[in-house]
Amino acid sequence: MPLLELRNITRRFGALTAIDKVSLSIEAGEFFTLLGPSGCGKTTLLRMIAGFDAPDAGSIWLDGRDLADQPPERRPVHTVFQSYALFPHMSVTRNVAFPLEMAKKRPDEIAARVKQALAEVHLEDKGASFPHELSGGQKQRVALARALVNRPRLLLLDEPLGALDAKLREQMEIELISLQRDVGITFVFVTHAQPEALALSHRIAVMRDGRVEQMDAPSRVYGFPANRFVADFIGNCTMLPVSVIEAGAHGLRLASGALGEIAAPPAERARSGQSGVLALRPEQVHIMAANAAHELKNHFAGRVRDFLYIGDVTTYVVELENGLRIEALLANSAPGRARFFEVDEPVKVAWRHDAGIFLSD
Amino acid sequence: MAAPHAARLTKWLIAGPPLAFLLAFFLLPSLIMALASLRYPGEFGGLAPLAARAGEESGLTLENYALFFGDWVYAQIFAKSLGIAALTTLACLVMAYPLAMLIARSPKKRRDFMVLLVILPFASNFLVRVYAWMIILGPLDLLFTRFAVVVGMVYVHLPFMILPLYTNLEKHDPDLLDAAEDLGANAWHSFWRVTFPPSLPGVFSGAALVFIPVLGMFAIPEMLGGKDDWMVGNMIKEAFLGTRDWPFGSMLSLMLTLAVLLIAGAAALYARKGAPHA
Amino acid sequence: MPESRWLWLPSLAVYAFLYVPLAIVVLFSFNDSRLSAEWVGFTLDWYRKLAADDAMLAAARNSVLIALAASLIATVLGTMAGIAMHRYRIGGLAFMVLTPVAMPEILLGVSLLVFFIQVLNLTLGLVSVLVAHITFCIGFVAIIVRARLAGMDESLFEAARDLGATPWQEFRLVTLPLILPAVTAGALMSFTLSIDDFVITFFTAGVGVSTLPLQIFTMIKVAVTPEVNAVSTLLMLVTLSLIVLASRVAPDALKGRA
Repeated sequence: MPLLELRNITRRFGALTAIDKVSLSIEAGEFFTLLGPSGCGKTTLLRMIAGFDAPDAGSIWLDGRDLADQPPERRPVHTVFQSYALFPHMSVTRNVAFPLEMAKKRPDEIAARVKQALAEVHLEDKGASFPHELSGGQKQRVALARALVNRPRLLLLDEPLGALDAKLREQMEIELISLQRDVGITFVFVTHAQPEALALSHRIAVMRDGRVEQMDAPSRVYGFPANRFVADFIGNCTMLPVSVIEAGAHGLRLASGALGEIAAPPAERARSGQSGVLALRPEQVHIMAANAAHELKNHFAGRVRDFLYIGDVTTYVVELENGLRIEALLANSAPGRARFFEVDEPVKVAWRHDAGIFLSD
Repeated sequence: MAAPHAARLTKWLIAGPPLAFLLAFFLLPSLIMALASLRYPGEFGGLAPLAARAGEESGLTLENYALFFGDWVYAQIFAKSLGIAALTTLACLVMAYPLAMLIARSPKKRRDFMVLLVILPFASNFLVRVYAWMIILGPLDLLFTRFAVVVGMVYVHLPFMILPLYTNLEKHDPDLLDAAEDLGANAWHSFWRVTFPPSLPGVFSGAALVFIPVLGMFAIPEMLGGKDDWMVGNMIKEAFLGTRDWPFGSMLSLMLTLAVLLIAGAAALYARKGAPHA
Repeated sequence: MPESRWLWLPSLAVYAFLYVPLAIVVLFSFNDSRLSAEWVGFTLDWYRKLAADDAMLAAARNSVLIALAASLIATVLGTMAGIAMHRYRIGGLAFMVLTPVAMPEILLGVSLLVFFIQVLNLTLGLVSVLVAHITFCIGFVAIIVRARLAGMDESLFEAARDLGATPWQEFRLVTLPLILPAVTAGALMSFTLSIDDFVITFFTAGVGVSTLPLQIFTMIKVAVTPEVNAVSTLLMLVTLSLIVLASRVAPDALKGRA
C-alpha cells in the first residue's frame, strides 16, 4: 500500500482551476519531487497535504486513512517552508524541541532527540544560537532538523533551496540525499528547478497548469519525455520539425523537409504521415570538422552560429543548411581552450540512428 | 481549511468579544441617536416617549430636519465650520510640508529623533495646548477672535498633517530630483512637477486627519473664540447640555456625520486613485 | 542633494511654533504672580496649592483609575480585533473598529450620552466614562497590532500548526510573544489617550465625577490661576514619559498610522 495517495484532487480559486483531477501515489521511503513552472499548482498540492488547504473534490489518504477534516496539527506530516519559518524568539534548541513539546514528550527524551537531530544536520554546537545569528544554509538545516526530529510519516519541502547560492545549493543537495537515506523518511519536494529535481529524486511528477504531465524516474523523464512540454522543461532540447515516413518496430524513418531523411528510434504511437518533432538532447548531437570521418547514420552540414562556454562543456549552436538551428555539446578536454570551433566555421553534426525521441503534435 | 468547525469556532472566539462590545457601545448608540433625531423633545429635556400619550407630543417627526433646512442660521454655522476646517487644513499643509520634506530627506537616526520631536507636544493635554494660546493671545488682544480659533486648531492638529506627509515623502526616489535638475528644472519646478504629485495621497491622508476632527470641535471655539465663532460642535453641545433639546442635537450630529462620511469617502476614493503615482 | 535653507528655516519655525507655547505654560507654572503676564519670581506655590486641592486630587485619582482599567480592557479587546482584522474577512468588523477613531469625538460622546440615559437608564459616572474610553481605544490598539501582524512572515504561524500546535498553543507560544511589543505600545497609547481625553469624557461624566482634563477645563473657564499651569506641567511630564517609553518598546508602531 502506498504511503500517500492523492485521489482525483481538484481545487479551484474562483474561475481558476489550480489543480485538475490529480491522482498520484507515493511510496514509503521515496524522495518524490513535484516539478513545474510557477503557477502549475505544486505548492497548492503541498499545502493540501499539510492541511492548510482543502481540496474541492477528491481525497488524500495517508497510511490508508482519509486525511479530510484533520487539522494540520493532527497530521503526522511536517513541512520545511521556503522562508524556513524559524521562530525568531526561540533558540535553535527550542525551535527543534518544539514539535516534541507539542507531542508532550518527556524533557529528558526531548533533550536527547534534539541533540541527535542537530547532529544529523551537523549543527551540534549551534543549540544556543538564535535564528538571526545563523546563515541561510544553517537556518535551512535547523528547519530540517526541526521537521524531522519527531520522525513524521512524511516530510514536505517547499522550494527550500531557492534562497541559497549555487555552491551552497549543491552542497545541500548532497546532504539532503544522504539525510533522506539515513533517516528513511518519505520526502515530498517541490521545486521549479529541474536540475535539482533530477539530482535528488527517486521519482518526479512534472506538472503544468494543475495537471501531471509525466510521473517517472528522473532518467526516464529526461530520456523519454512524454510530450513537448516535458521535453522542453527538463534539460535542453532541440526540436526538429519532422513527419513520419515509415513507422516500424525497429525504428522510424522521418522526413525533415530540406534536410532529407532522419533515422530515429521506434515510437509506440507513431503512424505514417504523422507530423511532430524530433527532440534531440545536445549531448546526443556530435559536432565535428566538416570533412571528419564517422559512422553515424544521421549527419548534416552546417555552420557554427554561436557557442556557450560553461567550463567543462561548450554548447554550440549550429545552423543547418535549411536554416534550422541545432545544439551540440562538446566536452572541453583540453584545459584552457574555450572551444574547438569558431563562429562561421563550417562543421558537421551527426547523431546515432537511435538518438532523439519523436513527439507527435 | 481542514476541520472547519474548529476553525470557525476559533474565528468567533477571537472576533466575538470586540465585535460584541462595539455593537453594543458604538453601533447601537449611533442607531439610537439616528432614531432620536426623529423624535420630539421631552417635557424636561431629553426625549419624549415614542408611544402616544395624551397631552404630550410623542412619536416620530421630521420637525428637527425641517428646522435645520428652514432656518438660514444653521446652514451658515455649518458653512462657517467647513470654512474654518478648510482654512486650518490649508494652513497645516503649508506649515507641515517643508518639515515633512526635511524629515524625509534626513538620515535614518536623525529622522526618528525628528519624528519623536513632532509627536512629543502631543504628550501635553489638548486643553493645555489651547490654554497656552490663551496666555499668548490674551495680552496681544487677539483672544476671542476668529484668528485665535484658527491658530488653536492649527496648533492642535499640525502633527496629524506632518506624519502622513512624511511617511509618503520618505518613499520617494531621491534620484528623480537629480534627474529633474539634470534636465534643467529649477527648484520650484522640481518641487511642483516631481515632488508634489506623488505626495498627493499623503496630502489627502493628512488633510482628512485634520479636516474631520476640526469640523467636530467645540472646545477650541469655546475657549479661544467669541459668540460669533460658534461651530457645529458648539451647537451640538448647546443642544444636549444647554437647552436639552436632544432630538435637535441628534439631528445636528447626524448632519455632521453625513458631512464627515462624504469627506472621508472622497479622500479614500482619491487615495486609491492617486496610488499609481507613488 | 544638499538640504537647502528653504527647508531648514520653515522647519525650525514649525518646531518653535510647536514648543514655545508649551514652554510658556511650564515656565509660568513657576511664576510668582497670579497674572501670568510677566515674570515676577520663581515659586513652587502653585504646586503646593495643587497638592492641597482636594477636587483636583480626586479628579487625578479618577483619571488614573479609569485610564488603567480602560487601557487594560481596550488592549485585550483591541488585540483580539487586530488579529481578527488581519486573519479573517468579517464584514463590518474593520468599520466598527476604526470608525470611532476616525470620527469627531463629539459624535461618540453624544451618542453614548443618549444611549446611557435613554436606553440603559444609567447614571453617568465612572462606569459610563470607562465604557466610552474603551470604545475609542480599541481602534488604536487594533491598528497597531494589525500593522505588526501585516509585517510578519505568515509561514511562522503555519509552521507552529504544522509542527503540532493547536490554534490556542500557536497563539500563546508564537503569535503573542511576537506581537507583544505592539500590544504594549497599544496599551501605553490607550493609557495616554484615556488620561488626556476631554471631549468624550465631557459628555459621559455627568455631574458626580470629574477627571483631570475636566477639572482643568473648569478651572480655565471659571478662574484662571497658574495652578492650571502647574497641573498642566505635571500632566505633560507623565504623558511625555509614556510616549517616550512607547517609542522605545515599538518604534515603528507609532509612525505608520495613516
